[in-house]
Amino acid sequence: MAEIVLQAFRFGFLLLLWLFIFAAFRVVRADLFGGRAGRVTSVPPRAATAGRKRGNRGPRHLVVTAGPLSGTRITLGEQAILIGRADDSTLVLTDDFASSRHARLTNRSGQWYVEDLGSTNGTYLDQQRVQGPLLVGPGQPIRIGQTVLELRS
Amino acid sequence: MSGPGTDPRAATAGDPTPTRRGTELALLAFAVVITLAAQCIVDLTVTDSLSPELATFGTWFTALWVVAHLVVRRFAPYADPLLLPCVAVLMGLGLTMIHRLDIAGDQLGGNSSGEDAPVQLLWATVGLVLFVAVLVVVRDHRVLARFAYTLALVGLVLLAIPAVLPNSEINGAKLWIRVAGFSIQPGEFAKICLVVFFAAYLVDKRDVLALASRKVVGLELPRGRDLGPVLLAWVASILVLVFERDLGSSLLLFGIFVVMLYVATERASWLVIGVVLFSGGAFVAYQVFGHVRVRVDTWLDPFAYVDTGGYQIVQSLFSLGTGGLFGAGLGGGRPDQVPVAKSDFIASAIGEELGLFGLVAVIVLYLVLVERGLRTSLVVRDGFGKLLAAGLSFAVAWQVFVVLGGVTGLLPLTGLTTPFLAYGGSSLVANFGLVALLVRISDAARRPVAPPPATPPKLTDAPTEVVRP
Repeated sequence: MAEIVLQAFRFGFLLLLWLFIFAAFRVVRADLFGGRAGRVTSVPPRAATAGRKRGNRGPRHLVVTAGPLSGTRITLGEQAILIGRADDSTLVLTDDFASSRHARLTNRSGQWYVEDLGSTNGTYLDQQRVQGPLLVGPGQPIRIGQTVLELRS
Repeated sequence: MSGPGTDPRAATAGDPTPTRRGTELALLAFAVVITLAAQCIVDLTVTDSLSPELATFGTWFTALWVVAHLVVRRFAPYADPLLLPCVAVLMGLGLTMIHRLDIAGDQLGGNSSGEDAPVQLLWATVGLVLFVAVLVVVRDHRVLARFAYTLALVGLVLLAIPAVLPNSEINGAKLWIRVAGFSIQPGEFAKICLVVFFAAYLVDKRDVLALASRKVVGLELPRGRDLGPVLLAWVASILVLVFERDLGSSLLLFGIFVVMLYVATERASWLVIGVVLFSGGAFVAYQVFGHVRVRVDTWLDPFAYVDTGGYQIVQSLFSLGTGGLFGAGLGGGRPDQVPVAKSDFIASAIGEELGLFGLVAVIVLYLVLVERGLRTSLVVRDGFGKLLAAGLSFAVAWQVFVVLGGVTGLLPLTGLTTPFLAYGGSSLVANFGLVALLVRISDAARRPVAPPPATPPKLTDAPTEVVRP
């Protein structure tokens, strides 16, 4: 085989390998910033979403709509909300069908997730039993025993 | 908080979340092209002609990835598009290097151990079967958490088998079991079982491990009884070291457990405790075990032991040095000079023929693979998935670090394999299983959340409206 061909193989293959990595990086990049690579508009939209998030978009209150505590309203902050019969819960239930540590609402970047903490009778979001963490939309009923809660803005 | 507006994932596009399967297919095609190009270059450079087996190899290799892609498309449509292509390139490079070393062995004649590349391709096929099986059977990774203790038992048994069975010793380490002419390394599978167990266990216990702590000299130390699990992992890895004389697995297991503890609890004190326990164990092992001392001595000064234990590492260093920046070209070097170049020292073969640029490309491919795994861990919503993805990706990263460190003389040599690259059936099959789990978790992570199509729509339909007061 001619020497020039071997040299072409040698550098050509390395080039091919790095082209693949370049292609992979483009995918990573598209994933990070969204849309096509090469558009450097990521900063303004991000600031815009942050501003919107600080506004009145997210839910501000947790309201009990049914059950013994009906009418109770809790203002939502950054912290997680523990619901159960235990005294140190954020919302202390007096519901015979609730466990002492029943469920938890956690805030992850402005969104609230409900999570069952291994309760006996289960937590329901809409009609669905909560197994893992589920995203709670505003007005979606969370049922714990006889108590029904929902998020309101 | 009405759906897409505040969801960082949905914010990127108003239209439905892209599955990115097209990207995956394109990159897989690229990976196959790279592999075939490498095979052609090797054949042309060494023998001046294309071997007739190349057509079979090409068809088989392409078919392998087409099947993998179709299975992902069907069973994990939102999976990460980069996991499979990275694996494909790494495996293709590995197969090419093994094929190249096969040819070198044939040319020298005599002691060639036969053709290893077809065997490796066969193992890859077995690995693909496992990949498909995992994706088809495990529809939701959280199911695995229920079998945590069973998997722990399976893992420990797999780890223990070679220590108990006779006739399992190869090169001083008791790692293999021989079944029907094949040597199987059950430790590779034990690794995955144990990572699953660690993840499930730590999700349960992380609050205790993270919160009940005392402050000692600025460090948050956990209570004595909470140290139990980490001590247990330490003892287990020491036992592996004693009975199987395997430095690599022992290091791998302990490293994975400490890092998973750290990820679960966010307490840096676990890392400190891990390093202290490791240093203690390493010191004692150095004093007590001859084989550990040999490894360390040859690492500190390989040229002093060039006639005995240091020969391999010295050859590997020469090999890397010969490669230089751009390498000798595929088929242009003499990577067969390094003993067991096909398995433990495949990285030095790549370093010799593709040079620093090629070896760094390989490392970057691993980096992309690990980054995608860690990203999956960040995005996925359940704690078990987070820990599992982090543990699995760390296992890959740690293995690559330890092996490449050994080959380049940065760390003492251990017996770990380079995932997907090195010759060895068990390692390849087990790592296919590992990637299948990552694909499964990344599918769960990237599935759109706002209007969840994952939940059966029947439940969220009419009855909801009726119940609402």
